[in-house]
Amino acid sequence: MDDLKPDDFLAKIDRKPPKTGWMDTPVNIRKGMYCYASNPKSVEYLSLPNARKWNPLEEDWKLPENWQEIIHNGFKERLERFRSIKIFMDVCVRCGACADKCHFFIGTGDSKNMPVLRAELLRSVYRNDFTLTGKLLGKFAGARELTIDVLKEWWYYLFQCTECRRCSVFCPYGIDTAEITIMGRELLNLIGLNIDWIATPVANCFRTGNHLGIQPHAYKDMIDFFVEDIEEITGLDVTPQMNKKGADILFITPSGDVFADPGTYSCMGYMILFHYLKEKYGLDVTWSTYASEGGNFGFFTSHETMKRLNAKMYAEARRLGVKWIIGGECGHMWRVIHQYMDTMNGPADFLETPVSPITGTRFENASGTSMIHIAEFTADLIKHGKLELDPSRNDNQIVTYHDSCNPSRGMGLLEEPRYVLKNVCNHFHEMPPNTIREQTFCCGSGSGLNAGENMELRMAGGLPRANAVRHVHEKHGVNMLSCVCAIDRAALPPLMEYWVPEVDVCGLHELVANALILPGETERTTDLRGEPLPGMEDGADE
Amino acid sequence: MNFMYMFPLLAVLVLMLLAYIGAGACGLQSFFGIVIPYLALLTFLIGFTRKIMGWASSPVPFRIPTTCGQEKSLPWIKANRIDNPDTLPGVIARVFLEVVCFRSLFRNTKNELHGGKKLIHSWEIWLWVFALAFHYSFLVVVLRHLRFFIEPVPFCVKALEFFDGFLKVEYVDNILQIGLPGIYVSGLVLLGALIFLLARRMIIPQVRYISLAADFFPLFLIIAIACTGIYMRYFSKVDIVGIKELAMGLITFHPVIPEGIGAAFFVHFFLVSVLVAYIPFSKLMHVAGVFLSPTRNLVNNSRIKRHINPWNYPVKTHDYDEYEDEFREKMVEAGLPVDKELK
Repeated sequence: MDDLKPDDFLAKIDRKPPKTGWMDTPVNIRKGMYCYASNPKSVEYLSLPNARKWNPLEEDWKLPENWQEIIHNGFKERLERFRSIKIFMDVCVRCGACADKCHFFIGTGDSKNMPVLRAELLRSVYRNDFTLTGKLLGKFAGARELTIDVLKEWWYYLFQCTECRRCSVFCPYGIDTAEITIMGRELLNLIGLNIDWIATPVANCFRTGNHLGIQPHAYKDMIDFFVEDIEEITGLDVTPQMNKKGADILFITPSGDVFADPGTYSCMGYMILFHYLKEKYGLDVTWSTYASEGGNFGFFTSHETMKRLNAKMYAEARRLGVKWIIGGECGHMWRVIHQYMDTMNGPADFLETPVSPITGTRFENASGTSMIHIAEFTADLIKHGKLELDPSRNDNQIVTYHDSCNPSRGMGLLEEPRYVLKNVCNHFHEMPPNTIREQTFCCGSGSGLNAGENMELRMAGGLPRANAVRHVHEKHGVNMLSCVCAIDRAALPPLMEYWVPEVDVCGLHELVANALILPGETERTTDLRGEPLPGMEDGADE
Repeated sequence: MNFMYMFPLLAVLVLMLLAYIGAGACGLQSFFGIVIPYLALLTFLIGFTRKIMGWASSPVPFRIPTTCGQEKSLPWIKANRIDNPDTLPGVIARVFLEVVCFRSLFRNTKNELHGGKKLIHSWEIWLWVFALAFHYSFLVVVLRHLRFFIEPVPFCVKALEFFDGFLKVEYVDNILQIGLPGIYVSGLVLLGALIFLLARRMIIPQVRYISLAADFFPLFLIIAIACTGIYMRYFSKVDIVGIKELAMGLITFHPVIPEGIGAAFFVHFFLVSVLVAYIPFSKLMHVAGVFLSPTRNLVNNSRIKRHINPWNYPVKTHDYDEYEDEFREKMVEAGLPVDKELK
């Protein structure tokens, strides 16, 4: 990967299907395209099945003796539990409309990355095990037995799907490959076939409250570190409340925001915003070290694991006695909160319908879960003129906006971040319509695939996104790609570095905080990154 | 992948031959005209019902609509109430448009790597056009056939026939020598659309690659049905009166086999029977599945109203007490509040 130049990468993409039919083309597990197998310690910590050391490149995957039976029974159980999967197994007409909608197919040209074929990998086994025509006609009906080679193919391609749901927008029956991948990964987990980039964060999150395994004192240290940085830039102490009982609002954001650039600048952004609101309007927000993770890699393991991790949000809200919850910028976190949380861990009858104490806005759209997205919260503040903003402080940034998959296609958060952006910066340009909003392209690293060892896969998956960014970079001089997702903030910088090196990546609230005029602040000479503000280039060195 | 379409093509030819010889030379007209159609209908009714019941027996544990527009949030933000429905009427509109206009397919784009450098996503309308053409012309053809099963023929069926046969060619009779009756547009459109869909499957490499025998079989079957129908109407002189007598007999459960119905009709009728019986066991069930698809038929209001999962079960979590027990010392040292003080 290191020596593969972008031009050669593009030249290498070959969409021509293999000469042999897909059932007769064995899987070739290739370095750079897969993630390492899960660490047995993590699997054990979560009491998930078949913890052992294994290597996908080796012949023997050390499966339990009766693995076929486990998968068959697991499949049966899921067909009985999920109407979605039952219907999606039956109704596909293979029209092919989904084929070139998938970023992994576009970027790799691999036929089995067409959503329809990814689903057929499971469907073929479904037909063999559960349908009359499959049993009678076998291959003629598109049925085949689950052999070890088919299983390996499942594993390889189910971890080449980021559950972004773009194909489901175009499918005439709404067949959602994310649903199929979720189910497939659940089956694989029954026999211990996970990847470490998912299993270990899940184990960490279970124990310490966040994916990165940051213990409470270290979490506090990191926040304190930001406090110092912010004091240097603004002259103000913005120390937030932590684990504070009786606060009005609990704030939960992905731990990636406290850990790695450029997420850290968004984290500083939240801190600055909350400080501003506390000083001006007395807003009472607390952070939590126990619920210090907004994201949920359990979602990429199984429904059960998702529920086990998500439970902390309501548990902590109840323990602290807050009235409602604000969630930070994150993609799949919001799919979980929006579409799963209340069903799994609700009802949130101990919380109130969120009401912004500053604007009086009642967030009826979250009256059940009592949890709102920070972009909704901030957009409402700006609309009511409650934030004093100087967008010219962001004048060095020519910004575009990347819709994260989950808030777009699993929620519908499209306008709020745009409204905020247009108010905090003066130069904003949209990418082409087929690449934003509900048609947005994934960063290529979602659903737990943002590891280091599968960089070639990530660069391939992120190609359509990068290509659209390059378009606005060339057309409008865009140099900043904003987003509301922690995985994006981790995954897009290397993607940009590879495909469009002139473009940087930031979160929404980094730009908000740059523009926000704090009462009593010293004159700012730099932005949150320590880069000189427009017109301050000379003074910044002093 | 040749056998993926050779096998179904052969199957359809064998079926045709079977009916041709069976009802013709072997004189098994009652079998092909009465027994098979009844069996086919029964298979369809039982199979279809069982499939739907099977789907319905599995719950929808989570509210998972694919949202394709702005959700309803703040009052001053315009929500897309059809593609991201927040109410039942919105969902009904969404499913209606999906079923009637193939709305999702309408969005179809084509992606190309332009000049080996730049990805271009352009609007791709043809699959939508021909899919729509196929389904609607097929519908018209089916409705037209009601004239055989209802006596007197209802006005709406007559009207449909009139408009469908609008492109009458009587005035060029002398040149074309086609003669009456006028040509039905639906039949031509149906055949044209079928040929497009088939050609697409055979020519576009990716679509050919994903196609199964089960994708070609219904295409060949319906093409054969259309061709035999067209043959009977425009080329052979079938005994329409006799066929209506047979159809009326079937529908009133007093089946009769009138004299003089040619073997061509039995081939046509047998293929239709096969199609009807085949539906419940095939991808043709998409006709019902589209109504039940959880990504399309659910209201996106899961932050307002709690969606109940009937099998929601308790899971093992790591609660705050366990967490604090492990980290209490470090928390106290860092100045974080704790529930239980250090001993």
